[in-house]
Amino acid sequence: MTMTPERTDSAMLHSELRVECDPDAIIRDGHRLDHAEGTSKPLRPAPEPQPRGAKVRGNRPIDQQEAAARFIAATEHEKMHDERLWDLRQKRDREMHGIPEWEELRSLASAIKEHTLTHLDEYLDQFEANARSNGIHVHWARDAAEHNKIVHGILRDHRATSLIKSKSMLTEECGFRHYMASVGIEVIETDLGERIQQLDNEDPSHVVVPAVHKLRTDVAEVFSHTIGTDPGNTDVHYLAEAQREATRPLILNADAGMTGANFVVAETGTFVVCTNEGNADLSANVPKLHIASIGIEKIVPRLEHLAVFVRLLSRSALGSPMTQYTSHFRGPRTGGEMHVVLVDNGRSERLGLEEFWTSLKCIRCGACMNTCPVYRRSGGLSYGATYSGPIGLIIDPTFNARKYSNLPFASSLNGSCTNVCPVKINIHEQIYAWRRVLVKQHEVPLAKKAAMKAAGVLLSRPAAYRAAIASADTALAHLPRFVIYNGLNAWGKHREVPHSPEQTFHSWYHANRGAKR
Amino acid sequence: MSSRDDILASIRANLPRADRPLPHVPLFDDDPPASLMSAFKDSLHRMGGMFLDPPASGDILAPVRAKIADAKIVCSTVPEIAGNRDVVTVGMPRDLADVDFAIVRASFAVAETGSVLLSDADLHVNGVAYLAQHLIVLLDPADIVVNLHHAYRRPEFRDRHYASFHTGPSATADIEGVLIHGAQGVRSLSVLPIARAVGNPTH
Repeated sequence: MTMTPERTDSAMLHSELRVECDPDAIIRDGHRLDHAEGTSKPLRPAPEPQPRGAKVRGNRPIDQQEAAARFIAATEHEKMHDERLWDLRQKRDREMHGIPEWEELRSLASAIKEHTLTHLDEYLDQFEANARSNGIHVHWARDAAEHNKIVHGILRDHRATSLIKSKSMLTEECGFRHYMASVGIEVIETDLGERIQQLDNEDPSHVVVPAVHKLRTDVAEVFSHTIGTDPGNTDVHYLAEAQREATRPLILNADAGMTGANFVVAETGTFVVCTNEGNADLSANVPKLHIASIGIEKIVPRLEHLAVFVRLLSRSALGSPMTQYTSHFRGPRTGGEMHVVLVDNGRSERLGLEEFWTSLKCIRCGACMNTCPVYRRSGGLSYGATYSGPIGLIIDPTFNARKYSNLPFASSLNGSCTNVCPVKINIHEQIYAWRRVLVKQHEVPLAKKAAMKAAGVLLSRPAAYRAAIASADTALAHLPRFVIYNGLNAWGKHREVPHSPEQTFHSWYHANRGAKR
Repeated sequence: MSSRDDILASIRANLPRADRPLPHVPLFDDDPPASLMSAFKDSLHRMGGMFLDPPASGDILAPVRAKIADAKIVCSTVPEIAGNRDVVTVGMPRDLADVDFAIVRASFAVAETGSVLLSDADLHVNGVAYLAQHLIVLLDPADIVVNLHHAYRRPEFRDRHYASFHTGPSATADIEGVLIHGAQGVRSLSVLPIARAVGNPTH
């Protein structure tokens, strides 16, 4: 315990969350440690009941705005979520500035992924051959149902009834826990955030920090009902330790272990798993049987390419130089058995979508979510989908265009997501392109359509666009409030529209730089 | 058709018609730090690990002996320090659940990130590095590479079935961003710089 008053140089969005003395801080060499997903500054929100996510009703379009409004109304949750994710973004920037070749790494990562995706069949073939020769059993699953059936089959062959697993977005995509419950297999999540979400019977709200939308008081309540902690004790160290103690016997006695994979290396038949807790290594190395579920897009050709991605992943995700554990599995251990399930589940079809195939470059770092003003203020559960935030907006409609038809509209198209993406996916352009596709497919209501049509005409004609922006800025400065904050402008509902600039960038450039050309 | 053939056929039917050559990846080692050891130490400390400075007395192993003085069960896989749990006799990984300290030697380390690489050859039973409460890693100062590009040229990634970069201890901040060491794995990781015993190479 340290009671050192702290100074931070980075600006805060909600300075009222600041506390002067932080008994939770770990101080080393006179500095606050903020590796992994640790905050760079002490934050203390007030207790408040947790807002829940979007209402999911079968195939009906998710009303993201409705759920976002409830999240925004829970002001402590909203402020904390906003601040914490913005802190991750600032830590990411700090790491970026520490590496002179950062932009070159991004370009390399993008080029390596695009090359691999345009030769995906060859590299998968190569991986399979090498993994098999190392003693790994390789399975292929067309979709979620087949994935679940294959894993169930492996477990049945081993008479396994309990499974410890590390976090995997792919298994979320497959509804894996739900399926396993239906066939009587006990699944225990071993990542703290994912375990919190499992015990609360709620989906993860973020690809990297699954319980980031919860306050310590929410976790204390969940744990008091499920693992028997003192409901009055909201100390984070106490809660984390209680979970460690409760999970350890489940890890020791599990019949099988499961992980996902962050990367796959074709030339060596290796798969790579990154965690901060070491929970994937426990899941893989304690039981005799290890099953890894892997999306087919995770592959890179050679080890030299892997280096680029490992350097980018945790820095982009959390602003930490490396995950605490980066583990390379090339074959089973002595006396053990290792299975890999390669899952398509819509990926090969996505490869054929001319405007959207590069979304398969995604390495699930969550940087686009951390920077997105809509995501930070509405919470991941408001999207009602496996993938939330900017990357969710362009992936979810490929799973169900009707159910997720509203999602591509949950964006201000500011492009920050594209700027931070470590593999250079043009996320905001794909968001806009999805709006066009969904309008064409009649998945979008009338009010949005009319605005889209007008915007489409403008955006296709640069001169008209510039004229419109200039007059819109003038108009914003003079129009009465009800014109801006009306029911048709959803994103004016809960926030002030930013002050419009006195001069557009284009006219500034023309006046100040244009003559030099 | 099998699922494998179905998936590969679907990929081939959907492959983007775009020419995307595989780029050359540089080693990014033009400007290495003056001392790999001190760069490694700084990176390790940022990631929550501890570097055990050799004491003035010259007794390099003294910091390790001090750490394990009160420990009930010590599992050592290195000749430099004796433990009281022989990893070779362990039947199941779970039999290591009561280990207080595990002591192992790293294959090599990375200055850029403060990582040590532990392979199945270093650990004997992989689980020991996660089930123990604390981990002490011996590192030969000659075994530090400058960055991850150099690291991935090492033979361990082609020879070993299991190899893991440990960068500090097990950590989480999944609750309100409060940093906790010892989420599921080891509560602390300490690195002791000490040359490999002569006649005890790992390769």
